[in-house]
Amino acid sequence: MPTVRINDDETILAEGATVVDAVAHTTGRELTAEGKPTDGGRLGVAVALSGEVIPRSRWSGAVLAEAAELEIVTAVQGG
Amino acid sequence: MHIPPLQIGEYTLQSRLIMGTGGITDLSALEKALARSGTTLTTVAMRRYSPETKTSVFTMLEGLRIDVLPNTAGCYTVKDTVLTAELAREALETDLIKVEVIADEHTLLPDVIETLEATEQLADRGFTPLVYTSDDPAAAVRLEQAGAAAVMPLGSPIGTGLGILNPHNIELICSRAKVPVVLDAGIGAASQAALAIELGCDAVLVASAVTRAQDPTAMAEAMRLAVEAGFHSARAGRIPKREHALASSPTEGRISPLEDLT
Repeated sequence: MPTVRINDDETILAEGATVVDAVAHTTGRELTAEGKPTDGGRLGVAVALSGEVIPRSRWSGAVLAEAAELEIVTAVQGG
Repeated sequence: MHIPPLQIGEYTLQSRLIMGTGGITDLSALEKALARSGTTLTTVAMRRYSPETKTSVFTMLEGLRIDVLPNTAGCYTVKDTVLTAELAREALETDLIKVEVIADEHTLLPDVIETLEATEQLADRGFTPLVYTSDDPAAAVRLEQAGAAAVMPLGSPIGTGLGILNPHNIELICSRAKVPVVLDAGIGAASQAALAIELGCDAVLVASAVTRAQDPTAMAEAMRLAVEAGFHSARAGRIPKREHALASSPTEGRISPLEDLT
């Protein structure tokens, strides 16, 4: 089971986990393979893997390797 | 008179009052203020997802049918700015980006050199950059040439409420710009928002002035009215400034002859 870093926190994910799994784990929302919330709302989240943005269309194909570094970001109040 | 929408690149801005969402902890108070302001475009920042952000500002803006303008606040370099913009586009599904590259955390003044490079790269990547900058007319021209869809000069440093410290520069920027000019940062009172529009700005961005006011909802309404008043005032054709007084009552028919007065 790979240990990855999500937003600087070490997290253990299931073997073969993809970016979809990492996002579901962090947001606590159930996601479809396309990375859409099953509750029908908008997710409003983006992911960078080792400093590269991974478009949502590639989330389910991006298997996370040991020690992968992910940034999962969203909109907050500001400006 | 109806105030026409403003075209920023491909985006049509309905209300000329752009709002910010920072500086207030009470989300329901923020929601009321945003609704009262009549704004149709409001800034958000991009940060790491935290489980505490359950009631997200993004969901709230969606409910109010207000478009989001993600910013790159907190970025100091071109690299961070471009990555933040890419993340914002992916998360929020918008090409709009408020480019904000600051020089240091004490003054929060824009680093115009980094800003220029970031603007060029973001325009190349298909973004619609609204670019926060200093009140330097030369910099505004360069940013426009680099691909800024709108230039956003500061009136005074972020959060100071000092208003427009150099109205001459703002007027000069507006008179030469071919893209919209949005006065960003430094506004503290409604009169200053009106002044920005009178000086030639196409829109105004207000955050702290509303969110940190004692009564944010009342200030939001004041800002909405000020932007409207400024728009009408700017188009009404103000009188020229004069060195000396000019009476508006007739001189003929006065009860005392002129000689007696001199």
